[in-house]
Amino acid sequence: MTRHLLHLSVLFSVVLLMCSAPAFAAAGSGEEEDKTGFIMHHVKDSHEWHFATFGHTHVTLPLPVIIYSKDRGLEVYSSKNFQNPDTHAFGKEYGHNGYYIDEHDHLKAEDKSRSFVELSITKNVAMLFLVILVVLYLMLSTAKYYKNNPNSPPKGIASFVEPIVIFVRDEIALPNIGPKYRKFTPYLLTIFAFIWIGNLMGLMPGAANLTGNIAVTATLAIFTLVVTNLSGNREYWKHIFATPGVPKAILPILVPVEILGAFITKPFALMVRLFVAITAGHIVILSFIGLIFVFESYAVGLASTVMVTFILLIELLVATIQAYVFTLFSAMYIGQAVAEHEHH
Amino acid sequence: MDLILPSSGLVIWQIIGFSILLILLAKFAWKPILSALDERELTIEGALKSAEVARNEMANLKAENEKLLQEARIERDVILQKAHEVSAQMIEDAKQSAIQEGAKMIENAKAVIETEKHAALEDLKVQVGTLSLNVAEKLLKKNFADDATQKAHVEELVNDLKLN
Repeated sequence: MTRHLLHLSVLFSVVLLMCSAPAFAAAGSGEEEDKTGFIMHHVKDSHEWHFATFGHTHVTLPLPVIIYSKDRGLEVYSSKNFQNPDTHAFGKEYGHNGYYIDEHDHLKAEDKSRSFVELSITKNVAMLFLVILVVLYLMLSTAKYYKNNPNSPPKGIASFVEPIVIFVRDEIALPNIGPKYRKFTPYLLTIFAFIWIGNLMGLMPGAANLTGNIAVTATLAIFTLVVTNLSGNREYWKHIFATPGVPKAILPILVPVEILGAFITKPFALMVRLFVAITAGHIVILSFIGLIFVFESYAVGLASTVMVTFILLIELLVATIQAYVFTLFSAMYIGQAVAEHEHH
Repeated sequence: MDLILPSSGLVIWQIIGFSILLILLAKFAWKPILSALDERELTIEGALKSAEVARNEMANLKAENEKLLQEARIERDVILQKAHEVSAQMIEDAKQSAIQEGAKMIENAKAVIETEKHAALEDLKVQVGTLSLNVAEKLLKKNFADDATQKAHVEELVNDLKLN
C-alpha cells in the first residue's frame, strides 16, 4: 500500500516537473541568452552528441540520422546536414531531403502526410551501444578468467564482477524467486549489469542520460513484464482471473484490478522509478552547475562545486541502489509468477 | 512533454541492443561464470567435508592409539606383576628345596655317621676282642713264669693300649 502511494507521489512529481520544464526554459530564453537550457538539453535525447562549448565553438559529434519509409526505403544522413554549421541549432530552415529536425530535436518530414520510422543513432542510442560494449567487455573477460583459471580464487576483473554476480544470485534471485531461481539469474544479472553500468557511465562528464530516458526504462520494464508473464504458472493466472477465496460477486471488480496490476502497474512502477531517480539526479547536478552561470560569481561557483561533488557521490550510491531495486522488483514479480502455493 | 514520451527509435534500438546483450551474456558470460562458481563452491564444500572426515579419522586413530598404548601399559604391568610373583615363587621354592635338600643331606650324613659309628664300634669290638685275646694269650703264656712278670707285663700291655 505504502509502495503504491510512493509510486503515485513520484508520478505526481514527474508531472509537475514536466509542467515546470517549459516554464524553466521560457524564463531563461527571455530577453537574454538561455543560461539553463542546457539542463533539459542534456537530460533529453539529441541527434548530435554535444561535449563542450568554448566561446562560440561547439565541440560535438554528429550522429547518423536513419529513416525508414515505405516510399523511399532506408535513408541515412549525418545530423550535420540538418543544422546551422556555426550555432549547431536545428530548425525547420535547415531541412534536408524533405526532412528537418525541429527545435525540440524531433525529426519531422516537410511533407506532413508522409509517415516514416526513425531509427537514428541518437546520443542515447550511441550511449546504449557504449554501455553494451562496456558490459560485454567486463563480463566476457570475467568469463574468460574463469575459463582459464578453474577452481581458483577471483583475481583482477573477476574479483570485481564475482561479488556482484554472487549478490544478485544469492540475495536477489534466490530469496525472491525460490527453487527455480537458476533459470532467471542470467536475466536478472543482465538487467543489473546494464542498469548499473548505464547509471555509472551516465554520470561521467559529457555522457548521455541513457538510464534516465523513459524509452529505455520503459523497454526494460516491458522485458520484465514479458519474462514474468511468459513464466507465469497456473497458480499465477488463477490468482488473476479467479482469485481463490474471493466471492464470485466481487470477481468482476477484482479481476480488472488484478489485470491492471499484472500488466500496467508493475511495469509502470519499474519504468517510472528508474527514470525519475536518474533524471532527477542529473537535473539536480546540472542545476547546481547552472547556478554558476546564473549568478556569475566565484563564491557561488565554489559552493556549487562542493555541492555537485557531494551530490555526485550520492548519485554513485543512487546508481547502485536503482540497479538493485529494478533487479529486486523484477525478481519479486517473477517470483510471484512462478511461486507454488501450497496453502489457500 | 517530450521528456516523458518515449521515442520509437530509442525503444527499437533498446529492444535490439538489450536482447543481443541478454543473449550474448547469458550464453558466453553468465553460463560459464555461474557454472564456475558452482563448481568452485562444490569443490570447496567437498574439500571441507573431506577435511572434516580426515580430522575425524585422525581423532579416531589417535584415540585408538591411545587405547592400544593404554592396553599395552596394562599388559606390561600384568606381565611385570606375574614375573615378580614367579620370581618370588621361584626364590621361595629354591629356598624350600634348599632347606629340604640340606635337611636330607644332614639326615644322610647322620645316617652315614651312624653307620660309620656302628662299623667303627664293630671294628672296635673286633679289635678289642683281638686285643683281649692277644692279652689273654700273652697272659696265659706268661702265667707260667711268675706273677710279678705277669703284672709287669699286664701293665706294659695296658700302657701299650694307652699309647694306641
